[in-house]
Amino acid sequence: MTFKIISKKQLSENVFQMDVFAPLVASARKAGQFVIVSPNVDHGERIPLTIAGADPQKGTIRLIFQRVGKATAQMADLHAQDAMGYVAGPLGRPTHVEKFGTVVCVGGGIGNAPLLPIATAMKTAGNKLITILGARTKELVILEDDFRAISDELLVVTDDGSYGRKALVTEPLKEVCGRAARPDLAVVIGPTIMMKFCCDVTRQFQVPTQVSLNTIMVDGTGMCGGCRVEVAGKTKFVCVDGPEFDGHQVNFDAMMKRMNAYKALEQKAYEQYRSHTCRIGLNHK
Amino acid sequence: MTPDPQKLEELIKKHKEGQLKPKDRYEIPAQDMPAQDAVRRRQNMNEVAEGFTEFQARMEALRCLQCKNAPCVEGCPVRIRIRDFIAAIAEGDFAEALSIIKENSLLPAVCGRVCPQEVQCQEKCTVGKKFKDVNLSVSIGRLERFVADLGAKQGGEVPKVAPSTGKKVAIIGCGPGGIVVAADTRRAGHDVTIFEAFHKPGGVMVYGIPEFRLPKEIVRQEIEVLEKMGVKIVCNFIVGRTRTIRQLMEEDGFDAVYIGVGAGLPKFMDIPGEHLVGVYSANEYLTRANLMRAYDFGNGADTPIAVSKSVAVLGGGNVAMDAARMAVRLGAENVYLIYRRSEKEMPARIEEVHHAKEEGVQFRVLQNPTRILGDDKSNVIGIECLRYELGEPDESGRRRPVPIKGSEFTIDVDTVIVAIGNGANPLLQQTTPGLEFNKWGNIVVDDRCKTSLEGVYAGGDIVLGAATVILAMGQGRIAAAAMNEYLGTLKK
Repeated sequence: MTFKIISKKQLSENVFQMDVFAPLVASARKAGQFVIVSPNVDHGERIPLTIAGADPQKGTIRLIFQRVGKATAQMADLHAQDAMGYVAGPLGRPTHVEKFGTVVCVGGGIGNAPLLPIATAMKTAGNKLITILGARTKELVILEDDFRAISDELLVVTDDGSYGRKALVTEPLKEVCGRAARPDLAVVIGPTIMMKFCCDVTRQFQVPTQVSLNTIMVDGTGMCGGCRVEVAGKTKFVCVDGPEFDGHQVNFDAMMKRMNAYKALEQKAYEQYRSHTCRIGLNHK
Repeated sequence: MTPDPQKLEELIKKHKEGQLKPKDRYEIPAQDMPAQDAVRRRQNMNEVAEGFTEFQARMEALRCLQCKNAPCVEGCPVRIRIRDFIAAIAEGDFAEALSIIKENSLLPAVCGRVCPQEVQCQEKCTVGKKFKDVNLSVSIGRLERFVADLGAKQGGEVPKVAPSTGKKVAIIGCGPGGIVVAADTRRAGHDVTIFEAFHKPGGVMVYGIPEFRLPKEIVRQEIEVLEKMGVKIVCNFIVGRTRTIRQLMEEDGFDAVYIGVGAGLPKFMDIPGEHLVGVYSANEYLTRANLMRAYDFGNGADTPIAVSKSVAVLGGGNVAMDAARMAVRLGAENVYLIYRRSEKEMPARIEEVHHAKEEGVQFRVLQNPTRILGDDKSNVIGIECLRYELGEPDESGRRRPVPIKGSEFTIDVDTVIVAIGNGANPLLQQTTPGLEFNKWGNIVVDDRCKTSLEGVYAGGDIVLGAATVILAMGQGRIAAAAMNEYLGTLKK
């Protein structure tokens, strides 16, 4: 099986979108599920990525990822027609979708990518959809048009005010939750710290909140336990029990610390990789 | 012992003439397995036990009494004709010895290395009984390994395959059990596909058992033989998610399925501090190190692992030994193995315990952790333990460890590896309606490994809980025979 990259697009300086040929995953996947990918078969890192979309007819899945370390940099250096080392999935439990009433979806940065299929499914199930998208700055707001097409109301904020309203996502979220027609469900996906603060807001208004966690993982099928998080005081595995959990029960502080476990090692590997990659682009085909 | 070829010739001559009496055989010294020096091997991943020489193999084979009732065979989960293959070694016919083993076991190079012979064939050996010491039994496992390695050097034989039956078999999981089922059903002429969730086939033999105990090259060769037989191996395929069992059978045309998905979710101790940075399950630690080759991080491998100074490994089984010995090789100065009972009760193989000690692993028995301590950045800085003493025997017959009140103390460590076993993986239970599980999440099968679903069989850890490579292979054998029979009755 060759997992060929059909197309590649750079969404911002460090964010890339790829459509990858993986027909079995494309037809099996449901909103909320993820895959494990690696840029090379032998000793590449296994990277968990939530599926941003799929076309079962063409047999492709859409992956959107941020270049943060060596493995994602290697992926970013692949081009259309190249092959991905492997794609395994779909993994994790699909999102529970039904008609709740009003659903507010909150995406932060790269979190917009996994949020899109869930928001789409919620809309298709007959929910009124309010979307709040946040990013550090204008260039980092991704998939805005896709969300605009499905949302009954779309609010965009940036930290620096370069686009939309100058605010953090928690501000409009608070306002939406405070409306007379209180949302029936919030779905929040983004950086861990953002999810934590959004959950603090929705907790005050007693709006049930789903979060999708993207922790450190090796196999993604329940075997290693590296992805474990504390939910309602119990150990849960993101790969088989999640990736979605009741945000009000997640111990985000412990999770954030675990996410940094390999930061120093990863930084070193990334720098090493960068220094071996030709900066004027001669490594590129 | 210096090899004395003349002595060997004399013994062989007497053996051939039928003059080698039990008394003479008892006098032949048990052969020691050459091993890599303990100091040197702390620094490398190469195999520790180096294998018998031809001289040693034949000397060891002559120790076998050739008992009429061959009690050793009773001790073997796959019933290898042990007495006969040892006779062939004594005669110098190593190819014959290997073909006798291969009648019943497909992976002799693996089993010769990782089987717990001291509680199986060698436990029943009359020679060991005579000396009242299982360590003085005929070294059946080492002899098995010797002929397997020799055979591999001369290029493995590809087993014959019967003409095509047109029936399709799906095997879930490319571990030792799945490999046996694949070979046995393929030999019967069925069209066989193995589905593996990882990006490499081999299961526990590639992610779990370390290179220094089972070189990956051996596993690779065995899998190559399967492929030469015409078995298809599909990696990165998670049955239950990529396709369900029902889809495989109803839409993809598979007539029978074998589930050999192995161990599942690692257990933790449920003590405070298990979410700290630097706490691993043994599965995670070993997978990073073995399958992902984290010991080469920055030199071609991209998966990191903790750089540890002091490591506490919790548990007393083979996996705990593997993790502890891996930590030594990854550069830890202190590796403590913390176990609640005494050394006598440890489930690990004696040989592994012995190797671990030689390599400097510090055994802390009759101690049990109460909590893991962390600093303000949530990094592990220590582990608090309680001392135990042995009380009355419990229902397992082992003396129950009883905590000594107020005996808490702390060991400074920066890494903790939890090796206390695995629970069942819930994936197939979540996605396979009609498949019966017990309350622990293990699949329920009959004595021929058949599940509650027509045409679906299962074996190994997902049925037995925690088992071994050879038990998984034994169940694979039983299941494959039942599957071949079932497929024979199936009209198509």
